[in-house]
Amino acid sequence: MPLLRLAPENTKFGFMRFRRYSYPFSAFLSIVSVVMFVLVGMNFGIDFAGGTLMEVRAKAGDADLAQLRSLGEQTGLGHIEVQGFGNRTDATIRFGVQPGGDAAQEVAVKKVQAALDDRYEFRRVEVVGPRVSGELVQSGTIGVVVSIFAVLMYLWFRFEWQFAVGAVIATMHDLLLTVGFFSVTHLEFNTTSIAAILTIVGYSLNEAVIVLDRIREVMRKYKRLSTAEMIDMSINAVLPRTIMTATTVFLALLALVLFGGEVIKSFSLAMMWGIFVGTYSSIFICSPILIYLGVRNEVRAESKPGTPGASGNRKPSSKLAAE
Amino acid sequence: MMRFATWKVVTILLGTLVAALIVLPSLLSPEARAGLDRVLPGPAKTIVLGLDLQGGAHLLLEVDSASLTKTSVDNLREDARRLLRENGVKLAGGIGVQSRGIQFRVPDATERGKIVGALTSASQSLGAALTGAVQDYTVTDNADGLVQVQLTDAGIANKIHRAVDQSIEVLRRRIDASGTKEPTIQREGNDRIVVEVPGLQDTQHLKDLLGTTAKLEFRLVADPGESPADVENLPFYKNNKPGTEAIEKRVMVQGEDLTDAQPGFDQRSGEPVVDFRFNLRGGQKFGEVTAQNVGKPFAIVLDNQIVSDPRILGPITGGSGQISGNFTVSQANDLAVLLRAGALPAKLTVVEERTVGPGLGQDSIDAGERAALVAGVLVVAYMLVTYGVFGIFADIALAVHIMLIFAAMVLLGATLTLPGIAGIVLTIGMAVDANVLIYERIREENHAGRSVIASLDSGFKRAFATIVDSNVTLFVAALILYLFGSGPVRGFAVSLGLGILTSIVTAVTMTRMMIAVWYRAKRPQRLPI
Repeated sequence: MPLLRLAPENTKFGFMRFRRYSYPFSAFLSIVSVVMFVLVGMNFGIDFAGGTLMEVRAKAGDADLAQLRSLGEQTGLGHIEVQGFGNRTDATIRFGVQPGGDAAQEVAVKKVQAALDDRYEFRRVEVVGPRVSGELVQSGTIGVVVSIFAVLMYLWFRFEWQFAVGAVIATMHDLLLTVGFFSVTHLEFNTTSIAAILTIVGYSLNEAVIVLDRIREVMRKYKRLSTAEMIDMSINAVLPRTIMTATTVFLALLALVLFGGEVIKSFSLAMMWGIFVGTYSSIFICSPILIYLGVRNEVRAESKPGTPGASGNRKPSSKLAAE
Repeated sequence: MMRFATWKVVTILLGTLVAALIVLPSLLSPEARAGLDRVLPGPAKTIVLGLDLQGGAHLLLEVDSASLTKTSVDNLREDARRLLRENGVKLAGGIGVQSRGIQFRVPDATERGKIVGALTSASQSLGAALTGAVQDYTVTDNADGLVQVQLTDAGIANKIHRAVDQSIEVLRRRIDASGTKEPTIQREGNDRIVVEVPGLQDTQHLKDLLGTTAKLEFRLVADPGESPADVENLPFYKNNKPGTEAIEKRVMVQGEDLTDAQPGFDQRSGEPVVDFRFNLRGGQKFGEVTAQNVGKPFAIVLDNQIVSDPRILGPITGGSGQISGNFTVSQANDLAVLLRAGALPAKLTVVEERTVGPGLGQDSIDAGERAALVAGVLVVAYMLVTYGVFGIFADIALAVHIMLIFAAMVLLGATLTLPGIAGIVLTIGMAVDANVLIYERIREENHAGRSVIASLDSGFKRAFATIVDSNVTLFVAALILYLFGSGPVRGFAVSLGLGILTSIVTAVTMTRMMIAVWYRAKRPQRLPI
């Protein structure tokens, strides 16, 4: 049976030539993301904005969105957001933090439930008080920062510092673009989105590490080539794997988007974007940084001619050899 | 590498079998599981579903530190009053109450020294010997005769901590008494309590049950001539009309002296009531008070609301009594539960609530299963068409990988949530990455002119370092997500983290074993990929 090959064999594509375009392009996208974040902001879910979210299903017939919207005036809760959710019988009702502290949120929930109890089934009720949402923002931010820092330390320990810098800059780039993605698409940003962001961080670093790992190996083997040539050679070598893995993860995520239900749709969409961006940045952002940081000389100095640098993949062993 | 010891093969196969046995009960229907329980010793463990999948209520309650501080200040005033009386100290004016302390004036310097000493020696909190000295309050002796007593931050923090402990006990008794199954009640941080009740339908009832302080007091209704300082107006819903009634501030008997409370019916009117019984001390006190105040109305106060004000017909010395107040049967029932479980030391506020109905939970399970199935089929097919027979090996490893995640979750008692299912679906995509790395490396080595066996050998060896490096980064992300995440997100971190670990085992060890066995059987001259 002939096997399917998505990636052409033995490519010799000059990826590094594109750094003159990829950097300005990514810089532009990053700026757009920041501008969007500042000007448009994010569609923060109640986890971070506080407030109440209810998912209701009409007991008979379709959900009457117009009638649900009028609920805000009826109950005196101010502005409430009503959206269809998945199918015609379901809707979500969302309103912000009510003035009057934590107890006031409970009162608001009771009011809405009393108004709708005979016509709608309450499938989900989430109330996040103003203080809890602040803490969730805090722990989410700390989580992202700590994870980037932890991985930076690990990479520094396992590779040369230039590699760590490259991987982290690429990851920051992915992070920015993901924030921009949430801002542009107006997908709801909640604690599950933090999970998506951290997974994107993980995936993006995963991609970067695989390319960097190969670059390190090639650098030890082919000492005559220029850095750009080495990087191109490495990227071409891992290209089949990159395409293959991106496709399998993409297929898994596609299944989640299509069949996983409304609750995790924004997570799955964000992850899809993350796979795309992470793959791009590992090739066009992370690797070229090595050229600018002049990683080549150091790696060469470390492995003296004659030492079995080509087979020794790990840094500690090559260091021992150098000493 | 292509020599794979028989004992290793046996170990791996046995491990897989054990994992399958662990997972099996979770897949069976409840009836089949009951059958299995009869055969196997001990009940089979099944996977724990998160509240978002099985439905239920998650409540985050917070001890209201403002009300706790206020109670502490009130207690401080009472203590000070008692110490002043015991030491025979005379005040100039009364005791002034501030937000976090009290102050009073003692003109006489000797007397002032006495009361300051007495207050200071009483300022160490109970249990200080065990927990280290915590000073509940500080006493300042101003030269102009003013004595200020201020609660300390450490003292208040300590009180909050103890209030949470007590509240957890009270809440547990209340929930148990209401017949709810398998609640989780845990402290979170210094001043919060997480209550999780799976499969609950009526959250409002639960919130009412948990949010009520249930502080019961018996006080006398004030005579018209009493001094306003000793009297307060409390809301009283009498004859279906909201109103207030003036009652004495002095508490005659308290709810903590109750030993039992049961719902019942009044013998004459037939309306639902709560019958209660006092302990010895409460019974005696109740007897004395009723004997001295025959003919006067007695107010029964619950959480600063008057429930009823029956007239004392004669001394009640039996140590038991009855609370009536236009209750419905279920209200009387709840009140009895609350009184039996005791009062909360402070008011609890709901700061976060997440309720999922059972219908949505089942829908989420179905959606998750469907997504996992579709993802599995797509990835399996894709691996098959790309790598042929090696793809089959990877697919078998993938199936074992998913089984191992579930087995690990069952063993650890980890909770499966909807994001957790998403995590597993994601690892379906990720797990094959290790195989892809290995296979692509093998192809590369083969193209570079190595023999089949040498390519297989160095493909596995070289890809392994890369697999470890790349998985560590993702694992770090999962670990941090676990540490900083909450609820369902934690479930995602657990399944992602476990998935990374098991994928290394299955994608590296298992496929290697399968390829080794395959190689020995076939002795191929060229690679099938």
